[in-house]
Amino acid sequence: MDLIAQIEAEQIAALGKTIPDFKAGDTIRVGFKVTEGSRSRVQMYEGVCISRKNGKGIAGSFTVRKISFGEGVERVFPLYSTNIDSIEVVRRGRVRRAKLYYLRDRRGKSARIAEKTNYRAASDSAEA
Amino acid sequence: MLRSGVIAKKLGMTRLFMEDGRQIPVTVLQLDGLQVVAQRTADKDGYTAIQLGAGSAKAKRVSAPMRGHFAAAKVEPKRKLAEFRVDPENLVAVGEEITADHYFEGQFVDVSGTSTGKGFAGAMKRHNFGGLRASHGVSISHRSHGSTGQCQDPGRVFKGKKMAGHLGSVRVTTQNLQVVRTDADRGLIMVKGAVPGTKGGWVTIKDAVKKPFPENAVLPAALKSAAAAAAPATEAPAEDAPAEGGEA
Repeated sequence: MDLIAQIEAEQIAALGKTIPDFKAGDTIRVGFKVTEGSRSRVQMYEGVCISRKNGKGIAGSFTVRKISFGEGVERVFPLYSTNIDSIEVVRRGRVRRAKLYYLRDRRGKSARIAEKTNYRAASDSAEA
Repeated sequence: MLRSGVIAKKLGMTRLFMEDGRQIPVTVLQLDGLQVVAQRTADKDGYTAIQLGAGSAKAKRVSAPMRGHFAAAKVEPKRKLAEFRVDPENLVAVGEEITADHYFEGQFVDVSGTSTGKGFAGAMKRHNFGGLRASHGVSISHRSHGSTGQCQDPGRVFKGKKMAGHLGSVRVTTQNLQVVRTDADRGLIMVKGAVPGTKGGWVTIKDAVKKPFPENAVLPAALKSAAAAAAPATEAPAEDAPAEGGEA
């Protein structure tokens, strides 16, 4: 393992985060720390994960899309951001793409994602 | 106040997540067997400096004169040598090893290296020219530089005209990079932002010239021998920084 990979692995271990197993198509709820003046609180952001990038490494990130007051909103979160309080999987979706950018052009009924009924947790992704 | 810089190897970039939610892009630089190989003194050479060596070279691949030079200093053959001008009181003895806590977290440094070679590059890439239009009659020359001058008078292209040519592979200094973290055990220095050169390339790090000299900088340098001496006795090495520190 080269030194950069070693530093990244150490940092992931030091951050001590438990990332649930999720992928594009899943509906997830992200608890994001918001600081207003001096006090901070956790803001929930729930939507469909439409993309995951750069794997499980320190550079990993994911995009969550939701429709807020009739307007599509997308937020990109770094997987290991210290601003993320929690990630929770609400619903597993059945999709055939890794990136669901086609949802941007759809509204309403056609933007639905079928639920995955036969979900089985991957053995190695419980930690990470 | 002029103290020595260091030679480091660029390992690559990564990011650090801080407790307050910030994420910082950092370049990881490694000190690899960094030792003082020679001294330059005012009596002998007319200026004061120390020559540092880093890395390790196979003895059989080092020329005989250089082998003699390393033998005189009683150090292993080094891959990379560089000289750093220092004040006479900041000279470091030959053979001393410099460690990564030479710099403290938050300090500003200048990093010099040889930029990545780009080969023969056009005017758009080399000088940020705009190129020509995509349509309206332009043919074949969408990325060309356009006109290079006037007409019969002056009848020549002015010197220094920006044109296509070789790009990269020149010495570049990036100023005022902030040291985010140091790791003396593994000899790592992490600076915020990008550093010139390729992964595995050699760079030199110096105290930033455009910032006041930091008062808590280790003088004359963070040495392995000093750290070894301080470790059994007390944890604080008690740096006696000279009072006229704000000269630079």
